[in-house]
Amino acid sequence: MNFGFTKAQSIGLMLMVLAIILAPFFFYPIVVMQVMCYAVFAMGANLLMGSLGLLSLGQAAYFGLGGYITGYLVQSLGLTPELGIIAAALGAGALGTLFGWLVIRRQTIYFAMITLALAEIVYFFAVQATRFTGGENGIQGIPRGALFGVLPLANDRAMYALVAVIFLACFLFVHRIMHSPFGQVVKAIRENEPRAISLGYKVEQYKWVAFILAAMLAGIAGGTKAMVMGIETLSDVGSAASGLVVLMVLLGGIGTIFGPLIGALIVVAMQYYLAPFGAWVIVIQGVIFVACVLVFRRGVIGELAVRLKTAL
Amino acid sequence: MLMIFGKPLPLLFGQLLLGIINGSFYAMLSMGLAIIFGLLRIINFAHGALFMVGAFVTWGLLTYLSLDFWWALFLAPVIVGAFGLLLERTLIRRIYKLDILYGLLLTFGLALILQGGFTNYFGSSGVSYNAPDALSGVVNLGFMYLPVYRGFVIFAAILVCGATWFLIEKTRLGALLRAATANPGLVQSFGVNVPRLIALTFAFGVGLAGLAGVLAAPLYSVNPNMGSDLINTVFAVVVIGGMGSIGGAILSGFALGIIEGFTDVFYPPGSAVVVFVVMAIVLLARPAGLFGKLA
Amino acid sequence: MKITRRSVLGTAAAAAAAGALPSQPARAANKKLTIGVCSDFSGPYSDIGGETSVACVRQALQDFGAANKGYDITVIQGDHQNKPDVGAGLARQWFDNGVDLLIDVPNSAVALAIAGVAAEKNKTYINSNAGTTLLTGAKCNAQTIHWTYDTYMLAHSTGGAMVAAGGKKWFFITANYAFGQLLRDQTSAVVKAAGGTVVGDVDYPFPQTTDFSSYLVQAQSAGANVLGLANAGKDTVNSIKQAHQFGITQSGMTIAGLLIFLNDIHGIGLETAQGLVLTESFYWNLNERTRAFTKRVLPKTPANYPSMGHAGCYSGTMHFLKAVDKIGVDAAASGAAVVTQMKSMPTDDDAFGHCSIREDGRFMCPSFLFRVKKPGQSSIPWDYYDLVHTTPADQTFQPMATEGCPLVKA
Repeated sequence: MNFGFTKAQSIGLMLMVLAIILAPFFFYPIVVMQVMCYAVFAMGANLLMGSLGLLSLGQAAYFGLGGYITGYLVQSLGLTPELGIIAAALGAGALGTLFGWLVIRRQTIYFAMITLALAEIVYFFAVQATRFTGGENGIQGIPRGALFGVLPLANDRAMYALVAVIFLACFLFVHRIMHSPFGQVVKAIRENEPRAISLGYKVEQYKWVAFILAAMLAGIAGGTKAMVMGIETLSDVGSAASGLVVLMVLLGGIGTIFGPLIGALIVVAMQYYLAPFGAWVIVIQGVIFVACVLVFRRGVIGELAVRLKTAL
Repeated sequence: MLMIFGKPLPLLFGQLLLGIINGSFYAMLSMGLAIIFGLLRIINFAHGALFMVGAFVTWGLLTYLSLDFWWALFLAPVIVGAFGLLLERTLIRRIYKLDILYGLLLTFGLALILQGGFTNYFGSSGVSYNAPDALSGVVNLGFMYLPVYRGFVIFAAILVCGATWFLIEKTRLGALLRAATANPGLVQSFGVNVPRLIALTFAFGVGLAGLAGVLAAPLYSVNPNMGSDLINTVFAVVVIGGMGSIGGAILSGFALGIIEGFTDVFYPPGSAVVVFVVMAIVLLARPAGLFGKLA
Repeated sequence: MKITRRSVLGTAAAAAAAGALPSQPARAANKKLTIGVCSDFSGPYSDIGGETSVACVRQALQDFGAANKGYDITVIQGDHQNKPDVGAGLARQWFDNGVDLLIDVPNSAVALAIAGVAAEKNKTYINSNAGTTLLTGAKCNAQTIHWTYDTYMLAHSTGGAMVAAGGKKWFFITANYAFGQLLRDQTSAVVKAAGGTVVGDVDYPFPQTTDFSSYLVQAQSAGANVLGLANAGKDTVNSIKQAHQFGITQSGMTIAGLLIFLNDIHGIGLETAQGLVLTESFYWNLNERTRAFTKRVLPKTPANYPSMGHAGCYSGTMHFLKAVDKIGVDAAASGAAVVTQMKSMPTDDDAFGHCSIREDGRFMCPSFLFRVKKPGQSSIPWDYYDLVHTTPADQTFQPMATEGCPLVKA
């Protein structure tokens, strides 16, 4: 399978896999799993922002929905974890299909504002549908269960292996998509939309598909995180989470393939290590936003890519 | 008791009044946003945080300088406006040439910085501030008891909105502003210092947010989240009205406050989300908002 | 978009602890213990929990004589920000890293989430500040003890008193989460059992609501004669202040603050709060022992007097230490072992006096109905209460038989 990795990217991939294998021996596994979940979430947002230049301010709707679907199915209906996560992907994808159809024709600002509004509406439903979501209390005590019904996941190491597999699968999938004919058209749309239209491409459909993919990735991320943490609450559907994923993509480097992981890693690590300083975490997140916009627009991986004169 | 749709008339009037009060804040804040977007093409996500700063400055003036509410009404907007000027000079100025979404991200970051800073210092529940004695007390209107201060807020908001609208639409300064929005190069060639005009406009828009903060201080507890709780709704209001339209912002602000108030009676859980439902509907029907023009 | 403090991830908040935690405690050798105070340090419950809870925990260490007995005890703290996922993540991380006791936790939703984690990890959990009766009911477990108070106590004491005084038509303003809903339900049951009616109820989003004006207007138009506030902390303070702005009492309603702490009265001010009736299980000025305890702890928390939640942290920690003293630090690694020991010993401390712990984990203490003094009647700082009625311990809390706790053999 030709994934179209450049030499630098292949090295990056190997380093990444190595890091994932070694990480649980040095760091609290739960935190590393969270990084991977958020990285998958950010990969979806990166698809939208990087490939199509579309800023969605409401990605948390799919992230949270995925988490609630998985949490509910696994806890209340006793589904096995992999079915729960697949259901999350499908559910989030369905919502993405519906919302995508509503928003895809809008221009930049209005696109952003509508995605924000739609996410607020999803949040409202999450608060109201207490039988499904638990309302303000959330879904608590989500059991890890057994993968495919046979492999118990209660042990953090076992769960970690699953999350790592999911992350790598999503990573390779996204990269494959971007190097497929679909991905080429998307790139063309990004570079010169009127030209793409004049060449006969149904631009809106491509944007729509990208939107659905981003939603599915968010859903997978949310569902997996719910299994890791054992709990799913409103904070995963709120605008805070939507803002956080934008920060991750921006910081990592919009449009790069390693950007989402690096962005997720930095943001999660920052919250973890700076938590004793209370709300300073938020201040620093703000500073990073400002810095990224003013002087660091390419993000960490983007800057690295420019230095190395290659694509990352 | 006369009932409309199963709700007693006094309750509907009461909620209408409360809706107008909330609408006052929406109108004032969205007006500032519309002004800033209209001239600078900046989506100022920090507007809510600056509103919060205005409220804290009001509290600070009382606590540290013993300057009461009436002083704060004049001083706080000036202080916040000056702060806005500083922001424009140092940060905002650098992104005029960039894609409009970077402005959104920059101001969003600013909002985080302000909010986090105040939370660290004051805790997320904030401080309390009482209405001035002259405005405390309650008036029995028959269908509801209206706190005098809330009546004052409506009056002040209408005054401020009206004066600002008049300034922008009917005076020479306003004409200059509108011309500079449409064609900065041409206006500059007439000898008008456009960069300074832009900076002052930003300061003015931000000052309006500060003024709203002063008015809000006795009403809601002065806490670091008061801006972020409002900002999404205010943005929806601006979008509904049309992103550059000041009249649209004012009308939509009051209208949405009233819609929210009624939703609170008939379907209380929906009052937080009705604004977004309205926005989604309006945008689907009229992509540029009610009074806006697609750029 | 808003990123609030609530966006901080669950595991993150424990980092304060991460540095101070022993990774592999050499326990028996130098009797090391770690106590984690998980509370709300900056939100609506920061005054009824927060730093004062930590101060009371430290006071317990002092009064127990931990240092003299050869104990090396670390006290850490973490902010759950009123989010169940943050609290659960914190608890998970703390227990994974050797915390022996997790205490305090105002906010019933977080309290329940942590109870689940405590059971999963078999670690001791004393909840001193939340109200939900589920902690000793359907969600009870072998690792959890519910100290201080619960919604049943409040509903029957304050609720019962208001109904007896003539409040027959109630309108509830309810914080829309586990605690508020439960409190409203239990109080409604008391009201109806006494022949009263509930004419209306409105649930507001918690914890971000600061403006109650719309709910107050609805209460007034519903024709109730009691405004039941099923909320706590700063929400209660704001509700009561705004109720006065809207002339609630002038329009003929009495205010029933179903859960009010001394710190809330301090925030409201006697001028507005006078005459309010409330129930607490501890009052600093109640008797000689409580006064003595308060005098000792005040230097650690000079701006905020202890109320019942704080006192519960003190009392719970004392009893925990006595239990650990009996079974040894090694055995204390098992929450079930510690809790079993705690249930077998009667409690005694300056805050609550002689009390006991029931089989379902319920701490049994008497409850006191207080009336807030008029401004002229209060002579010393924080002297806000007159004692109206005492309910003995066995009548204060729900009978075990009706609770549905799986631990209790039928």
